[in-house]
Amino acid sequence: MKGIITMDHGSGYGRTSELIESLFLASFSGTGLSDQGDSAILSIGSDHIAFTTDSFVIKPVFFPGGDIGKLAVCGTVNDLAVSGAHPRYLSCGFILEEGLPLEDLERIVASMAQTAQAGGVKIVTGDTKVVEKGSCDKLYINTAGIGTIREEYTHITNAEKVKPGDVIIINGTIAEHGLAVLSFRNSFENSIISDCTPLSGLIEKCLESGADIRFMRDATRGGIAAVLSELAVKTKTGIELFENAIPIRDEVAGLCEMLGFDPLYVANEGKVLMAVSEKEAGKVLSVLHNHPDGKNSSIMGTVTEKHPGSIVLNTSIGGRRIVDIPAGTQLPRIC
Amino acid sequence: MIPLMSEYRDKTRVDEILTAIRDISRKQVTFMEVCGGHTMAIHKSGIPSLLPSTIKLLSGPGCPVCVTSKYFIDEAAALARMDNTIITTFGDLIRVPGSLTSLSREKADGRDIRMVYSPLDALAAAKENPDKNVIFLGIGFETTAPSSAAAVLEAETLKLDNFYILSAHKVMPPAMSALIDGGVKINGYICPGHVSTITGSRIYKPLVEKYRIGCVVSGFEPLDILQTIFLLVKQCETDTPELENQYTRAVQDNGNRKALSLMNKVFERSDDWWRGLGIIPDSGLQLKKQYIKHDAHRVFEINFEKGPEEEAGCRCGDVLKGTISPPECPLFSRVCTPGNPVGACMVSSEGACAAWFRYSGEAKP
Amino acid sequence: MCLSIPAEIISIEENGRALVSVGGTRYKASLILVDNVKPGDFILLHSGYAIGKIDPERAYETLHLMEGIKRKADDTTHE
Repeated sequence: MKGIITMDHGSGYGRTSELIESLFLASFSGTGLSDQGDSAILSIGSDHIAFTTDSFVIKPVFFPGGDIGKLAVCGTVNDLAVSGAHPRYLSCGFILEEGLPLEDLERIVASMAQTAQAGGVKIVTGDTKVVEKGSCDKLYINTAGIGTIREEYTHITNAEKVKPGDVIIINGTIAEHGLAVLSFRNSFENSIISDCTPLSGLIEKCLESGADIRFMRDATRGGIAAVLSELAVKTKTGIELFENAIPIRDEVAGLCEMLGFDPLYVANEGKVLMAVSEKEAGKVLSVLHNHPDGKNSSIMGTVTEKHPGSIVLNTSIGGRRIVDIPAGTQLPRIC
Repeated sequence: MIPLMSEYRDKTRVDEILTAIRDISRKQVTFMEVCGGHTMAIHKSGIPSLLPSTIKLLSGPGCPVCVTSKYFIDEAAALARMDNTIITTFGDLIRVPGSLTSLSREKADGRDIRMVYSPLDALAAAKENPDKNVIFLGIGFETTAPSSAAAVLEAETLKLDNFYILSAHKVMPPAMSALIDGGVKINGYICPGHVSTITGSRIYKPLVEKYRIGCVVSGFEPLDILQTIFLLVKQCETDTPELENQYTRAVQDNGNRKALSLMNKVFERSDDWWRGLGIIPDSGLQLKKQYIKHDAHRVFEINFEKGPEEEAGCRCGDVLKGTISPPECPLFSRVCTPGNPVGACMVSSEGACAAWFRYSGEAKP
Repeated sequence: MCLSIPAEIISIEENGRALVSVGGTRYKASLILVDNVKPGDFILLHSGYAIGKIDPERAYETLHLMEGIKRKADDTTHE
């Protein structure tokens, strides 16, 4: 392979996917990796487990609504939960930069412990490395997690049961994590806080309702557009989105306008997208609406047999347009 | 609270104006928007899917990133490789390929290239780093050039001799004339609203007089754009091309005098090269002699390697001139995509090809 | 091009700067390109600078332009 790694390789879509397909999948073939779900679903004897890992690098490490520790636990707990698994155990690996105040580390670890408890997981193993000043930015955290998963939920992560007619549900307002972090970095004063939260409790309630949930994925980097685009391509169906039904706070929408961002591509850390059969949508919505992290839940789209592989947005003025996946992270623009 | 945005996206009002457009539109007409902001707004709200088939919209050379020479990027990259140098740029330019490199590539190689939201951030960087050259990449039309001018003047006041601008600033009207002189067939211009906030709507008067072509200054919300289209259709149907201002809440006849005088204090017109259009006389803005010490181009006179200016097969020139629509280019979506842009119009998210690629396509119900 | 967005002036500070609100987000904008603005006014914010004032009366007029346009449409179809 030629070239070098640029920031776009970490965007979560576009170049990241190219890298995964052309290098990682090509090299690590013949494993669960090829499903490209949020977790690998593995069988040990007759039991199924979900296994996932994620690394966390964020500047700043403390931001409105969370910190790198909370993020590291939520990220992995959510990847397990959206796979239909019951998250159980986490590992955590720390890479610490020489000079990091112990006070900061203490705060981050306390936040991890608290989030693990909220997410119903135990942190059971870990590792610590220290690198010279300048070799990393304060600290990086890797977490891996395993969860148990019931046979009847193993299809959720690979979306094989998604059909035209299903509806797309989201559990609340979008684009808050990305803009909270960006605002903090740029000293924009506002009340936008990260939506970073463990979704395991909320998802468990939805599954327990017995509703026919056919797909779940948490919309993180790349926003809801990245998840839905993957879903459309994978299931060879089309997705119709309704702009008016996509929950977004005014303040978030306003800041997106100022920066030239499309909120559909902005990162979330506490949002799950579900594909549910139309007749069971009401059941799921009522569960969601009764949960603190689901009060603003909404049916924001449908799965269709038309335009397979693409997302079409029905705009608030009644127009239609394709929602595509940009090549890399959105950059603030003036033009 | 005065109506600012959501009111201009109201479906009932939009439906009313669409009905009015359908009612009066008989002739086959083509209008060109020459502002990338309009291109984005039109595609983002799905306006093309709502218009009757009598109306065709074309995107002109209104995206500053798209019309800027590849060598501008190469020059910025060469400046970034100098010792003790910080390049500050709007996010728009980061991914744009030069003829041999790009800023994102140089950043990955360790150059100090910083994204800024405002020239004010570049000034702040110059203040914080007195030992380094801080170079701001000035792109944009009349909307943006006054900000760059104000930054130069502030650098003068604060004695920030380490603050420089590499200017690719341009002005709009000469390009709008050049397009028609070059044979572009359109029935009206959707004139750039925020350029006009600075310049005033009167700058389009000569176009109307010389070419007998309708010019309507437009805002950026769906209702604004549709009202503008209505006014242009009306002009065509009654064969009375004139200058009208739809965006009265932000544009006056004479524009923003203060901003204009600052811009003219710092910049002077020069001939400039537009990607796809070639050299257009008096269409560029360069720093005047008395501010030459802030002109990165003339102070550093950096030498840099140049690759080919345009790729074979690329028809950006024709797209920018509005003689073809993006999908008519043989490279469009096959070779040239937003992830791997070949030509200028695919590079910026507001470029005609990128907007077309992202927002249009087969969006039939 | 030229992404500009309406912002409300919250307070005017020294050095020609003002605190403005863009749909709730506070930002320090430069006022050097505009004259005669005061708290409560709406401006267009572009790359950190106020580039013009928004005229509230005209903003309402534009919304209600439809009534005028309807008349115009009637005129055209009846010609």
